[in-house]
Amino acid sequence: MRRIVILLLALALPLAPAGPASAQGTLRIGMTASDIPYTGGQSDNGFEGFRFVGYQIYESLIQWDLSRGDRLAQLVPGLAESWEVRKDAPTRWVFKLRKGVTFHDGSPFNADAVIFSFESIKKKDAPHFDPYGSGQVGFRIASLVAITKIDDHTVEVETNKPTSFVPYQICYMVIVSPTQWQKVKDWRKFAEQPSGTGPFRVTKFVPRERLELEAYKGYWDTKRRPKIDKLVLLPMPEPTTRLAALRSGQVDWIEVPPPDAIPQLKAAGFTIALNSYPHNWTHTLRLDKEPWSNKLVRKAANYAIDRVGICKNLLNDTCIPATGVVYKGHPWFGKPKETYDYNPAKAKDLLRQAGFDASKHPAKAVHLISTSGSGQMLPLAMNELIQKNLKDVGIDVDLQPVEWNTLLTRWRAGFKTPENEGLNAWNISWNFLEPWSGFGRFFHSKAVVPVAVNTMPYLNPEADKLIDEAERTFDVGKQNEILARLHEVVVDDAPWIFVVHDQNPRALSPKVKGFVQPQSWFVDLTSVTVR
Amino acid sequence: MWVYVGRRLLLAIPTLLGTSIIVFAMVHLAPGDPIAAVMPAESSQAEIEATKRAYGFDRPLPVQYLVWLGRVARGDLGKSIATRRPVVLDVRDAFANSLVLALSSSLVAFGLGGVLGLLAAFRQGRVVDKLASAIAVVGVSVPHYWAGIILIIVFSVQLNWLPAMGSANDPGFVEYLRHIALPTVALALIPLGVITRVVRSAALDILNQEFVVALRAKGLAARRVFTHVVKNAAPQILTVLGLQFGFQLGGSVLVEAVFSWPGTGYLLNLAIFQRDIPVLQGVILVLATFFVLLNLAVDLAQTVIDPRIARQ
Repeated sequence: MRRIVILLLALALPLAPAGPASAQGTLRIGMTASDIPYTGGQSDNGFEGFRFVGYQIYESLIQWDLSRGDRLAQLVPGLAESWEVRKDAPTRWVFKLRKGVTFHDGSPFNADAVIFSFESIKKKDAPHFDPYGSGQVGFRIASLVAITKIDDHTVEVETNKPTSFVPYQICYMVIVSPTQWQKVKDWRKFAEQPSGTGPFRVTKFVPRERLELEAYKGYWDTKRRPKIDKLVLLPMPEPTTRLAALRSGQVDWIEVPPPDAIPQLKAAGFTIALNSYPHNWTHTLRLDKEPWSNKLVRKAANYAIDRVGICKNLLNDTCIPATGVVYKGHPWFGKPKETYDYNPAKAKDLLRQAGFDASKHPAKAVHLISTSGSGQMLPLAMNELIQKNLKDVGIDVDLQPVEWNTLLTRWRAGFKTPENEGLNAWNISWNFLEPWSGFGRFFHSKAVVPVAVNTMPYLNPEADKLIDEAERTFDVGKQNEILARLHEVVVDDAPWIFVVHDQNPRALSPKVKGFVQPQSWFVDLTSVTVR
Repeated sequence: MWVYVGRRLLLAIPTLLGTSIIVFAMVHLAPGDPIAAVMPAESSQAEIEATKRAYGFDRPLPVQYLVWLGRVARGDLGKSIATRRPVVLDVRDAFANSLVLALSSSLVAFGLGGVLGLLAAFRQGRVVDKLASAIAVVGVSVPHYWAGIILIIVFSVQLNWLPAMGSANDPGFVEYLRHIALPTVALALIPLGVITRVVRSAALDILNQEFVVALRAKGLAARRVFTHVVKNAAPQILTVLGLQFGFQLGGSVLVEAVFSWPGTGYLLNLAIFQRDIPVLQGVILVLATFFVLLNLAVDLAQTVIDPRIARQ
C-alpha cells in the first residue's frame, strides 16, 4: 500500500510551475525526527539532532570539517584553536581557546563558558546541571572527569585514564552561553531561547512543529557565514509526508526520500545527494549459542548475502555492500582476509565443514528485527531478502519483527533475559564515528552488557589488546593503523552479518545549490544557497 | 434540572478514573520504554536504569499511578518526557488545533449530511435518494487516511493548489484556510456518511407516522410539514451529531498524522511512539473529559427540544 502511494506521489508531475513563494534565501528542511530535536545544547534525536540543531546553533571545541565529500570528515579546530596532551601527564590536555568569539546573546565565549557547559553535563549538584542533556551526551564523554581554567582562554581537560580518544569525545560537547542561562535559569526556557556560537541562531520555536533560525551575523568564521538568511526545520517522521511536502514545494530539502521514489524524483529535476559515511546495517549475532557460536557458520552467512542485489534492486543504489564494520577506503578498513562477496557455493561448503546439514543438524536461528526506525532503512524488505539468501544455503532464519523502540529496549538488556532467551541475533544499524562507537563498545570484553553494548558477547583477548593499544596511541596515523588491524581481526571472526552501508540519501529541490554531501553524519549548511 | 446536571457530573468522575486507570495500565503493559525512547540508541542498560530512577519510573506501577493522580487532582498534568514542557501547554495547543479542525469538518459534514439526508427522505426512491445513499456508503467505507493521501496527491503534489502538511506558518486567514482545507475534507467523510444515513432514516420514520399523514390530509403546506418532521427527528439526530463531534475531536489520529496537523491526534500518535506517558495520559484525560461533557450537553439540548425526555 505504502509503496503504491509513494509511486503515485513520485509519478505525479507538477502542473503548476512552483509552490508557494518563499522569502529570499530561505532553506526549509523536512527532517525524519518526529519532534524538534532538543535545542538546549546537548542534542537528542540521535545524530540528526546534532546535524540540524546541535551543530548549527552551537559549536564544540573541536569540530568536523564538512566541506569536502571526497574523504572521510576530519577533526578541525572549532572553538579551540589548538590542543595537545601534556607530555608530563598523559591524562591532561591543554586547549587554547579562540578569542573574539561571541554568543548569540552578545556575551563573550571564554574558559568559563566551557566549564559551565561541562558542568551542565557532569556536575549533578550544580544549579545549571541539565539532567536531560546529560543523559544524551554524558556517556559519550565518559572519560572526561574535570575541566579547569588556566586563564580566560586556556582550559585543561582531565581524563580518568590516558586516552587518545579525547578529541573525538570533545566533539560531542557543545558550548552553551552561561549568560543566557543565568537570564532564564531553567533549561526548558533556555531551550526556547537558546544561545550558542554557531552559524545559525533561533528566532522562533514552535514545539513539535517547527524551528526557525536565521544566519548569525556575528559568526566568528567569516568564511563560513551562512549564505542563506533563514533556515526552517520541520519534523516529518512519515516518508510519504516528506515526499509530498517536497513535491508540493513546502520544503526544499528532505532527509531519506523513500527509495522507490528516487528515479522519479531525479526525472523531475530533484537532486539526490549520496555519499558514504560511518553507518553500517548489520545483524549482531549471539556468540554463546548455536548456530552462530560456530565461526564457520558465521562466515557462511556472510558469504550467502547478495549485498549488491539488495542495494540495486531494493534500495535504488542508496547503499553500498558492507563486508566489514567500516567501508573500503575508510582509514580503519585494512586488508581483511575474508572478502564476503556473494558466493552461495562457498557458503554451503563452509556450513558443511561446520557440521551442519539440513536433515541431521539443521542451522536454525531466530532474529529480532524492527518494522522501521532511525537508520534502519527498509528493515522488512531487506530482511526478507536476507532470509531468502540464508535459506538458499541452508540456514533457516525466523524473523521476529517488533517496533523500533521495543527492539532497542530488548537489545540493551542483552540476550540473557527470559524474553530474549530464544533469540540468536538482532538487526540494528550503527555508527562508527569514532573508535569507541565503532569498536570499543561492541568488541571489548569490558563492554559486555550492562556496562556498554557488547551483547554478543564478543570476547577476544587480541581485540581487547588492540583496542587498548589504539586508545593509548596519540598519533592519529598510527592509531588508524592499529584500528585497521583490529578491523581485520573482527572481519575474520565475523561476529556480525555485515550487510550494507547506507549512503545517507537526501533529496534537494533544484533551487538548492552549493551543498556538499560530506562523508559524515553531519552537514555544513553555510555554503548552501536557495534561489 | 440542576440536580440532573449535578448527578451527571458526579457520574463522570468514576468514568474518568476508570479511563485513566485503563490508559495507565495499557501504556505500561505495551512493550517498550519511555526512557529508552528519548535516550540515544547507543546508550547502555546501566545509563538507562540511572535515568529511569531520575524520572521515578523504577517505582511500582500503583505508586506511579497514585503519584500521577495526586498531581492531576492539583491541576498538574506533569511534564513531557520528550520535550520537558508542561503537558498542560502541549495539550492546550493541540486541543485548540483539533477543536478548529473538528468544528470545520463537522460544519461541512453536518451541513452537507443534513441536506442530503433530508432530500433523500423527502424524495425517497428517486435519483437524489440513490445518490445520497451512495455518498453515505462511500463516506463510511473509504478509509479517511487513504482519502487524505489521495487528496494530497491530487491537490498538493499534482495541482500544487494546497499545502500538503502542517498548520499555517504565516499569519492570515487565507493561509489558514489553505492549510485546513484538505484535512477538513478528509475528516468530514465519515460523519458525512453517517449523518446522511441517520438523517434520512430518522426523517423517514417520522414521515411514516400517522400524524404526518394527518397533517398532509389537513392540507398543511409542504414547508410546514417539513418543519414538523425536522423538529420530531431532531433529538435522535442530535445524539448522533454529539457523538460524531466527539469522534471528530478524538478520532482524528490518522488524518492528523497524514497531514501533520498539530492537534491532539498528532500529539497522541507522537506520544505513543515516544512512549511519552505523561503526554499520553494528559491528552486522553482531556479528551475523555470533553467526551463526557459533550454527551451531557447533548442530553441537555435534547431536553430543551423535547421536554418529555426530562420528565422521564
